[in-house]
Amino acid sequence: MQHYSGFGLLKHAMSHHENWQRVWRNPTPKKSYDVVIVGGGGHGLATAYYLAKEFGITNVAVIEKGYLGGGNTARNTTIVRSNYLWDESAFLYEHAMKLWEGLSQDLNYNVMFSQRGVLNLGHTLQDMRDISRRVNANRLNGIDGEMLDAQQVKEIVPDMDCSANRRYPVMGASWQPRGGVARHDAVAWGFARGADALGVDLIQQCAVEGFEIEDGTVTGVKTTQYGTIKAGKVGCVVAGNSGVLADMAGLRLPLESHPLQALVSEPIKPILDTVVMSNHVHGYVSQSDKGDLVIGAGIDGYNGYGQRGSYPTIEHTVSAILELFPIFSRVRMNRQWGGIVDTTPDACPLISKTEIENLYFNCGWGTGGFKATPGSGHVFAASLAKGEMHELAKPFSIDRFNTGALIDEHGAAGVAH
Amino acid sequence: MFLIYCPYCEEERAEEEFHASGEAHIVRPTDPESLSDEAWGDYVFFRKNPRGNHHELWQHTTGCRKFFYMTRDTATYEIKEIYKVGEQPKVATAPAVPNKYDQFSSEQAVKK
Repeated sequence: MQHYSGFGLLKHAMSHHENWQRVWRNPTPKKSYDVVIVGGGGHGLATAYYLAKEFGITNVAVIEKGYLGGGNTARNTTIVRSNYLWDESAFLYEHAMKLWEGLSQDLNYNVMFSQRGVLNLGHTLQDMRDISRRVNANRLNGIDGEMLDAQQVKEIVPDMDCSANRRYPVMGASWQPRGGVARHDAVAWGFARGADALGVDLIQQCAVEGFEIEDGTVTGVKTTQYGTIKAGKVGCVVAGNSGVLADMAGLRLPLESHPLQALVSEPIKPILDTVVMSNHVHGYVSQSDKGDLVIGAGIDGYNGYGQRGSYPTIEHTVSAILELFPIFSRVRMNRQWGGIVDTTPDACPLISKTEIENLYFNCGWGTGGFKATPGSGHVFAASLAKGEMHELAKPFSIDRFNTGALIDEHGAAGVAH
Repeated sequence: MFLIYCPYCEEERAEEEFHASGEAHIVRPTDPESLSDEAWGDYVFFRKNPRGNHHELWQHTTGCRKFFYMTRDTATYEIKEIYKVGEQPKVATAPAVPNKYDQFSSEQAVKK
C-alpha cells in the first residue's frame, strides 16, 4: 500500500499527480474464503479491515452488489456521538467513538473526523428532565456530556433563535464536545484501502442471491457473477436489505425497512460550526466543509426499499429547522435523497449469531449506524474471528426479542439520530 | 407521495391524512396463556419485511379514522389494491418467511 503523507503529495506534484497507485485492487474471487462479508458499506468494510488487522484473518472477501460505500454510508448526515442513555448502547457507541479518535492515523487516510460538538436541544420541561437523566448516565459511564441552559446554547450557536417567545422555545441542551462529523465516503474508502492492503478481496458489482446451507450450517454464498463462493463463516452487513437476505436464509428478523431522507442546501458561508439536533421539533442540521447545510429528516412511516421517501416528511423537517433557524428561510435546497434503514422495535442494532451455524448478522442500526462504523466493525470482526460474540455485542443478540431484555433507546436517541 | 383511496370515504386523499400501521393480518394469539416466549416474541416484534408486494394496515387518521388494508409494492411503491377490514386480499405478497406460530398468514388468505 502506498503510504500517504505530505511529502508524498509534494513528490507526486512533480509528476502532475499522474502516478498515484490505485487505491484498491479489483480481484476475481477465489473459490473459498475463511470469512465472507456480505455488504461493502462502512460497517462491512470496517469488519473486513479489523478481521485482517486485529485478528489476523486475511482470507476474507467482501461481496457488494453495487459499489463500495454506495448505500447508507453515502446517504447519512455523518453525525458521530456516543451520548446514549443505556449502558449497553453507551459502551458500544463509546467504543466506536474511541476508535474514531484515532481512525485517520490508523488508516493513514484522512476521514476528516471533526469533533465540533453535538447539541441535543430540549424544548419542554420533560425534555430537560430527560436530558438531565441522560447526561448524568453518560457521565457515570465515562462519556463526556454537559447540561446547558438557553443562554449557554446561544453562546455556542449565536445564529439560532433561542428567544423565549418561540412556539417551541430552546430551554437548554445536552452538549457532547467530543461528538462531531466525519467525511462519510472517506470512511468507506479508508477502510476499503486498509482491508485491501491486508489481502482482503473486495468484490463489487456482484450480488448475493442465496446461501449454501448444509445441516443447519452455512457453507457458502450463491452470487450472481461468480457462482457459489465457499465460506467458513458468513457475516451479513447489508442494512436495509437485511430482511431480503434473511428471507434467503429462511430466517425471520425483528426488522422493518423504511426510507430515511436527508437533504443539503446550496453552499453558504460558514454559519454553523457544530451539530444541532432536536428530538422535539425533529430535525438535525450541521454545515459541511463545502458550506452546504446538511439536514436530516425522519423515517417515512411505511416500509420501503425505493431509496426515496415522501414529500411531507421533508416539509416537516424543514419547518423544524426553520423553527430553530429563521435565518435559513431564504436558503435554497440543492439535493434530496433517501436511504433504506432497517429499524428494530427498540432502536438498537442486532449484532448476533443466528439459528444457522456460522451465519452472523450485523444489522438493525436503523437511523443511526454511521456513528458506530468503526466500533460495529471491530466488535463484529472479533465475534466472527472467535466464533463467540464480543462482550459489547452480547446484549444486542436477536434473542432479546424473545427474552424481553430490550435496550430501549427510543427515549434517549429516539427519532433524531 | 401517495394518493390513497380511502374505501370508507370513497375518495382519493393525500398521504398526509393517513398513518401506516405496519404489517396486516397479524392475528392475536388465541390461547395466550400457553404461548412460549418465542411465539410471543414473534407475535410482538418479528415482522415480514419483503421487497415487493406487502399487505399493510393503514388508518385514515385525519379523515374517518377507520382502518383498512393495502397491498403495496415496497420497491416501486405502487399501490396494488385497497380493501376493507373483513375483506380478503387478491394480490399475493412477495415471498417472506412466515411466522411459524401464526395460525392465519396472509398467504393463506390469498389462497382462500
